[in-house]
Amino acid sequence: MIPEPVIFESSHAGRRAFPQAPASLADIGDLPASALRSEPARLPEVSELQVVRHFTRLSQLNFSIDTHFYPLGSCTMKYNPRAANRLAMLPGFLGRHPLAPDEHGQGFLACLYELQEMLKAVTGMSEVSLTPMAGAQGEFAGVAMIRAYHRARGDHARRVLIVPDAAHGTNPATATMCGYEVREIPTDAEGDVDLAALKAALGPDTAGIMLTNPSTLGVFERRIVELSAMVHEAGGLLYYDGANLNAVLGRVLPAAMGFDVMHINLHKTFSTPHGGGGPGAGVVAANERLARFLPVPIVGRRDDRYTWLGEAERPDSIGRLSAFMGNAGILLRAHVYMRMLGAEGMRRVSSFATLNANYLMARLQAAGFELAFPARRASHEFIISLRRLAQDTGVTAMDFAKALLDRGFHAPTTYFPLLVPECLLIEPTETESLEELDRFVAAMAAIRELALHDAAEIKAAPRSTPVRRLDEVKAARDLDLRWYGRPRPPAAP
Amino acid sequence: MPFIPHTAADVGAMLQAVGAGSIDALFDEIPAALQVEGLPGIGPGLPEAAITRLMSERAAADGHPLCFIGAGAYDHHIPAAVWEIAGRGEFYSAYTPYQAEASQGTLQLIYEYQSMMTELTGLGVANASLYDGATAFAEACLMAVRANRKSRSRRVLTTRALAPAYRRVARNLLEGQGIELVELPLADGRTDIAALAASAGADFAALAIQQPGFLGTLEAVDELTDWAHAHDMLVIGVCNPVWLALLEPPGRWGAAGADIACGEGQPLGIPLSSGGPYFGYLGCRDALARQMPGRIVGRTVDLDGRSGFTLTLQAREQHIRRSKATSNICTNQGLMVTAATIHMSLLGAEGLRRVAAQCHANTRSLVQALCALPGVSLAFAPYCHEAVLRFERPLAPLLDALSAAGILGGHDLAADYPELGHALLVCATEMRTAADIETYASTLGRLLAAA
Amino acid sequence: MSAVPAGLKYTRDHEWLREEADGTLTLGITDHAQRQLGELVFVELPEVGSVLAAGQGCVVVESVKAASDVFVPVAGSVVAVNEALEQDPGRINTSPYGDGWLLRLQPASAAQDLLDAAAYQQLLDTTA
Repeated sequence: MIPEPVIFESSHAGRRAFPQAPASLADIGDLPASALRSEPARLPEVSELQVVRHFTRLSQLNFSIDTHFYPLGSCTMKYNPRAANRLAMLPGFLGRHPLAPDEHGQGFLACLYELQEMLKAVTGMSEVSLTPMAGAQGEFAGVAMIRAYHRARGDHARRVLIVPDAAHGTNPATATMCGYEVREIPTDAEGDVDLAALKAALGPDTAGIMLTNPSTLGVFERRIVELSAMVHEAGGLLYYDGANLNAVLGRVLPAAMGFDVMHINLHKTFSTPHGGGGPGAGVVAANERLARFLPVPIVGRRDDRYTWLGEAERPDSIGRLSAFMGNAGILLRAHVYMRMLGAEGMRRVSSFATLNANYLMARLQAAGFELAFPARRASHEFIISLRRLAQDTGVTAMDFAKALLDRGFHAPTTYFPLLVPECLLIEPTETESLEELDRFVAAMAAIRELALHDAAEIKAAPRSTPVRRLDEVKAARDLDLRWYGRPRPPAAP
Repeated sequence: MPFIPHTAADVGAMLQAVGAGSIDALFDEIPAALQVEGLPGIGPGLPEAAITRLMSERAAADGHPLCFIGAGAYDHHIPAAVWEIAGRGEFYSAYTPYQAEASQGTLQLIYEYQSMMTELTGLGVANASLYDGATAFAEACLMAVRANRKSRSRRVLTTRALAPAYRRVARNLLEGQGIELVELPLADGRTDIAALAASAGADFAALAIQQPGFLGTLEAVDELTDWAHAHDMLVIGVCNPVWLALLEPPGRWGAAGADIACGEGQPLGIPLSSGGPYFGYLGCRDALARQMPGRIVGRTVDLDGRSGFTLTLQAREQHIRRSKATSNICTNQGLMVTAATIHMSLLGAEGLRRVAAQCHANTRSLVQALCALPGVSLAFAPYCHEAVLRFERPLAPLLDALSAAGILGGHDLAADYPELGHALLVCATEMRTAADIETYASTLGRLLAAA
Repeated sequence: MSAVPAGLKYTRDHEWLREEADGTLTLGITDHAQRQLGELVFVELPEVGSVLAAGQGCVVVESVKAASDVFVPVAGSVVAVNEALEQDPGRINTSPYGDGWLLRLQPASAAQDLLDAAAYQQLLDTTA
């Protein structure tokens, strides 16, 4: 593959995409000269065709759902319907200023109101706020609401959040951002939370627990009802990390499991694009106990007229989390997707995501792979451990991931959760066909076979990608974070 | 079935391989009492034709009013190529570039984005973006508190010339960590230099200033930067990135330059879209690189010695540091950064400079036209890009009447700046024509005369 | 097999301490610790003069995939830090007990609960 130069290397002084800017520099003589730039910024100077060609070529260096099977565990890389994108980008939606009055947004607000209502239905919660801009921000909102709840009761002793050791790293990071101490509790051999350890961890300092169910281990927490009763009895609240909602959509309502507040990753369960790493949306939902603390704004309805509710209407809110109202365009995409699925379609999502995962798990086990939890059903994802293969051949989960790239598959999630050594977390999603799953099994089996005979060949993978394995130690020690176009200045002291 | 490829035969074969009698049997570990049958309140699915009609009607109903609001989000021309390319499935449907070999397109693009942002800010490092301008500001405050080794203060000094929404969001996000914002007062729409003396003895981690200020005035950035550095504070510059092509960038403020820059990336090719998705940019001096939250891409070499790109400095992030991470953020606004990078490439520095200058000239024409009306006057001069107009009566009824006539007349400052009286923040970007401005002026003239 | 030199004191968190003739303590991480972390890319050192409580995190060592806090087992003030690590953190990998030392401490009290080389070796053997 021919490497694509950095766009700055194609720059020629004086070249421009002329139609894209005003034809001349307007008079700015009234601005004080001292405030103006003493020398121009050195952005690339290129033609429109050069730009189009360069970025089209860059796109072709990516794996994506549209081009490759992408069984990345915990990320729910399902098909992103084109209709959702096109309809969210209708000019009437794109052109609306965030501070435009509600009269010029009734169509937009109607979509958001319906989305709130549909999300209430799939979670069993009493109210929803759409404003968090990513899962991590939804987590922040939920934990800040737990804090606000305890504070409103004058209960200042609750300064600890309990987090299972299998949790995603954002959970403890969020707890810290909200000023909480984190207490980790272990998981038992079958993948459930260790309830004895939970009991020991609970006390008058417990603010709550953050839990994902099905967990990041790809199994459903079977004693969830007992668990939530224990936490509530201790005066704590339950936070549901909705990362794995795809597994139970239309079948289990998080509110019924005993959760008080939760976030939903619309970019997972409701198929909004991952966009190379965002934007997402991490809407937050709460039961009656916590609803009054939800972040604003929220869409309200009075007599068929939709309106934003802010701090004035919701005085107990934890407030605003974004300059305006969050990732509106992403919310519109989720709205389109949910309206297209309807109630039946949503239940089918969890049905077929689970069928695909259990099928893949059974086939891979039959092909000789070791399951992390062989006695358990898969949720929408499951874990295989390459511990024994790594001991026998030296081929690690990372090597396996790279070998998959050479066979035209994006790698599963590697080395997460941290509990399982040499793990691959595999999530096929409901939108993959049987043939695609079979091709994946064949590739996995072939790599395993090769690992047993020629480990060095796997260690050398990938070979077919635009670059081979990169020197990450050099990247971190000898930081090169920008194009200079001239000798780099000496490193800062 | 929408988006699900399985035939009945597929399902049968798959269940047989699993050894289950039905799909429902695969859920047998979930307590039966927790399982529901249907979802009351959610209707049947709509085919694509029906949802297309519904959404088209709703989008059309929102209309295309003539917009003279800025206040942090700006109506600029976005070249057709920007979203044609950014919308390609290879960008749109890719994940975070953790598998570097399979993500060189996204990674190189972010490296190019980081490079462009360092050119605009005049600072050595930029990250791969944060959610929006307000959250970028909150992260900048956190970063300053972490990075300032001379001060142990958990207070950040800011000013009322900084966007009220940014101050609100930062308070909400930082309160849990005991970080406090303190505000300097204004004089003539700008941070009151005379008020600095009162803060000189106090301990602050940083001073945060916005240029141009939220009220469209230009701050004395050199003086403020030097004062803050003399008092052991870091300096955070909050800037509209289009204006960074025209105004002296934070990296060159005062004798030593600001330490951190951040702001709202929306003016770089992102549609207004009711407020999002946008992206926040964040940059800093080289020495602070390891205090930056969020993703950062670096260039390195592969096994064959070829140049390539990878995420770097990941040990700061939540997936490794967990409760000790620099932030809980685990995303950037990737697709928005894709669009912005294409946008900046198409406009270049000269194009962005012309856009900024044209916005300023159009706003000037608007100010002149509206101030010719009785009872309307300019509050502060000089102004830049946006301006505050003073009226002699409450604005809400006037703005409602303008809105009914299809004109969004500006942003009413009554809630956030009651001390300014009946004050309106107006902006005419390069998209507004002389005829648009004339329409606004004549409509407002009629309304003022009728009242 | 990780090196565990005799004559040093060790902690259960895989740090080593050496008593210097002037009464100060030199602190570093063990060979076992650097192997677990992998190639180090960055070290964040405290400022000379910092006063540390026993058990306080004082240094952060980062590899590409991990970041780890180093705790001081004894209260004291920092009298020197190994500034060479800022440019070349790989010294910890190549010479954990020599050029890869982290800092020197003037202890405020006697250190409690330290292991000698044999006890630390036993700790490594039982947890391996």
